[in-house]
Amino acid sequence: MNKNKVTTMAAKKLSLKEKYSLLTRDLDWEFSYQDRKDAFPMEEFEGIKITDWSKWEDPFRLTMDAYWKYQAEKEKKLYAILDAFAQNNGHLNVSDPRYVNAIKLFLTGISPQEYQAHQGFAHIGRQYGGVGARIACQMQSIDELRHVQTQVHAMSQFNKYFDGFQSWSNMQDRVWYLSVPTSFFHDARSAGPFEFLVAIGFSFEYVLTNLLFVPFMSGAAYNGDMATVTFGFSAQSDEARHMTLGLEVIKFLLEQHEDNVPIVQKWIDKWFWRGTRLLTLVGMMMDYMLPNKVMSWKEAWEVYFEEAGGALFKDLARYGITMPKYAALVEKEKEHISHQAWWTFYTHGHATGFHTWIPTDEELDWLSEKYPETFDKYYRPRWEMAKKLEAEGKRFYTKALPQLCTTCQIPMLFTEMDDPTQIAYRDTVYNGDRYHFCSDGCKDIFHDEPEKYVQSWLPVHQILQGNCGGPGVEQVLSDYYHFNVGADNMDMKGSPDEKRWKQWKGVA
Amino acid sequence: MSKVYLALQDNDEARYIVEAIEEDNPESTIIHQPAMIRIEAEGYLVVKRETVEEKMGRDWDMQELHLSLITLGGNVDEDDDQLSLSWNE
Ligand SMILES: [Fe+2]
Ligand SMILES: [Fe+2]
Ligand SMILES: [Zn+2]
Repeated sequence: MNKNKVTTMAAKKLSLKEKYSLLTRDLDWEFSYQDRKDAFPMEEFEGIKITDWSKWEDPFRLTMDAYWKYQAEKEKKLYAILDAFAQNNGHLNVSDPRYVNAIKLFLTGISPQEYQAHQGFAHIGRQYGGVGARIACQMQSIDELRHVQTQVHAMSQFNKYFDGFQSWSNMQDRVWYLSVPTSFFHDARSAGPFEFLVAIGFSFEYVLTNLLFVPFMSGAAYNGDMATVTFGFSAQSDEARHMTLGLEVIKFLLEQHEDNVPIVQKWIDKWFWRGTRLLTLVGMMMDYMLPNKVMSWKEAWEVYFEEAGGALFKDLARYGITMPKYAALVEKEKEHISHQAWWTFYTHGHATGFHTWIPTDEELDWLSEKYPETFDKYYRPRWEMAKKLEAEGKRFYTKALPQLCTTCQIPMLFTEMDDPTQIAYRDTVYNGDRYHFCSDGCKDIFHDEPEKYVQSWLPVHQILQGNCGGPGVEQVLSDYYHFNVGADNMDMKGSPDEKRWKQWKGVA
Repeated sequence: MSKVYLALQDNDEARYIVEAIEEDNPESTIIHQPAMIRIEAEGYLVVKRETVEEKMGRDWDMQELHLSLITLGGNVDEDDDQLSLSWNE
């Protein structure tokens, strides 16, 4: 009896550090009759050298009891708000029905990747010899599963009122622009466990997700979309932990062995470049798809990469890590990519699962103000031309299918940065076949692992090879992508989404 | 020196946490953005349990911070009494 009492009192006084060491205490042991290499077969092939797993530090020292307790609290809050959103017709409070198209792109593009992150972390959580790393990956794996679930719930709510959500799981690895995020995660998941962690945990979570979630969720708040703010910030509350894991991983790898430094640098270069290419879609959402705008893509890039990333890379300099290759190029690109991307989507708007439109005059002025160096000179004239054509009843759609970059799978839409009127093309011949790239960054990545990237499933190639139904684009859209052709795609003007909105709002 | 930062959801709990941070980090800058509050400082920022408890008028566990946390930048050091962010340069 007495003994029990003492134990309870002692348990109450345990500090975070003690609790954490009790949690991890018996999860690893000396192998007496098995070779450790057979138990952790993926630990060495990438060339990473780990000398002492016990040096792995989890700064949050989150134990399972605390994890479940706080995650449960987050979930309760989240679903209470989603219920309130549904019960109070929250969809009617969004700023403008155009806004919902940003959410269509977010939920069909990003949410399936939450599931891939879940799978990836579950996999690597088994592959490390260190207990701390295994536990952190396990928690992150559960977090990511929670993220996809909450986003599917948010999506089911929007799906009752707006077009374009009905076949997201079918669309994710088929649709030409959704293969951009999907292939990004396929690339990471088919890499070794350390590259995956540098790719997703560090480059994506630490360096780049701020740009995905923070300005975008703040934008959702600004556009009256309580559901998105809620799942976004709820996911992001786990992100702080994921980011910290990402940073700890990098420091751990760099401290373990100097031979790890060039390997890690190569992965940082690769995943920074792949990440910035992927974020082109986010830039376009921020500058063109949010009717009430919080900040421009350029401003977000400056705060969340140049400032925050600059501080980070200064910190990592003591290990011999330098700024990612092509960071200087991206600094120039921030002036251009969102405009180049939205123009591409606008002109291919017959083949997108969301609506596109010409910015309003007020929005054009906002863009001129935010991009004084480039917008009026290169991009505004295109929109003035599009406006003229639309007024004449000749809304313009490009008939040709876009050529895709073999690495990032984005259409060839980026220009040379010293000549923004010239589309950038790079190509290479490998084993007798020619491969095309949007940039030197994407070409470098291919050259480092050509056997991997020659296997890329490029949506446009697949259509042209007859692997996606057909013969025409319209059949591909309806039979292979499961779009409701005529409802999900085409211009916002005249869409069923727009008509329903006007009915709800009582405007003719 | 580079900036460390953290961002919290703009909710009832976080308002007290922000008050506590302001008091413990007089050099910090508080920036209000739609639905969120960003706090930044040169080189170092600390959240102290005791100060938060004082502002809230109740017991508060350091790990409760995670319920409102949106993002952070800097090396994290957390124990039962405080969470700090810093850069090594
Ligand atoms: Fe996530
Ligand atoms: Fe995450
Ligand atoms: Zn590319």
